[in-house]
Amino acid sequence: MSEKSAGTLAASGPGQPASKKRGRSPRIGAPRAPAGTLYRGNTGMWSWVLHRITGVAIFFFLLVHILDTALVRVSPEAYNAVINTYKTPIMGLGELGLVVAIGFHALNGLRIILIDFWGVGPKYHKLMFVVVILLLIVLLAGFVPRHLMHVFGG
Amino acid sequence: MTTERIEAPRSARAARSSGRGINWEKWGWIYMRVSGVILVVLIFGHLFVNLVSGEGVNAIDFAFVAGKWADPFYIVWDTLLLWLALIHGANGMRTIVNDYASTRPYFTLFKKNVSLSTIFKGALLASTVILLILGTLVIYTFDPCLGDPQSSGLQEICAAK
Repeated sequence: MSEKSAGTLAASGPGQPASKKRGRSPRIGAPRAPAGTLYRGNTGMWSWVLHRITGVAIFFFLLVHILDTALVRVSPEAYNAVINTYKTPIMGLGELGLVVAIGFHALNGLRIILIDFWGVGPKYHKLMFVVVILLLIVLLAGFVPRHLMHVFGG
Repeated sequence: MTTERIEAPRSARAARSSGRGINWEKWGWIYMRVSGVILVVLIFGHLFVNLVSGEGVNAIDFAFVAGKWADPFYIVWDTLLLWLALIHGANGMRTIVNDYASTRPYFTLFKKNVSLSTIFKGALLASTVILLILGTLVIYTFDPCLGDPQSSGLQEICAAK
């Protein structure tokens, strides 16, 4: 019984109203746009994507950052020469990107923890994503002008 | 006529198979969350001290590092930062490798067939171990009077030694 297709079920007789209904429209039309699921395309998916991308970026920065800091064990000149390149305008903008990535990864990480451990976390995951973005904006409003002043002078 | 049956996720068998030995994946999952919370505090503090306060990034040089590591507080802070962040990052990268890299034997390395996944995880493990050892040695063998104190601006402190 279970391996019968919908078509055979529909033809099996007028006894069941459900199969009768299916018999009227045996074809399933192609969706006009990718239909999506509960997950796909919404904040749940995009927060996950951003979490991965920012995580990978931060990881590779961390590798470089441990190596550049290790130069303090080589000589003051070597360390200062490398760290001075961090004070140039282009690297200054890179640091801005790094702080954006770290800020998002940190706040969204806390959101993930709340979804995992807080009883109503899964219920409010969308609201918490909005809160993450708002807190990030507040954080950056404090950081960005000050950092730009440090890098570009003023 | 036979129907394939998938056991319910919370059945006795599922519970038994996960109860054998240490569940490393579970502890990895817990580690990401515990270290994550601590890292939020450690990294935001690190960013504030190094990029926001005072002259920001412009203040960072050899003498700045020497000044921080003269205080045991920052030695502990930076050691925790190094270990928690690097292991957190490496475990996250391992998750990504598990998701995207093929586990099919692909290369022959030392007469063994290895997958791209194994190569990536080997590289991750090696770089993590090397950087943890390097970073820890740098913090605990740091010498503020290394090289020419004239260039680090620490001649007054180092002249006394």
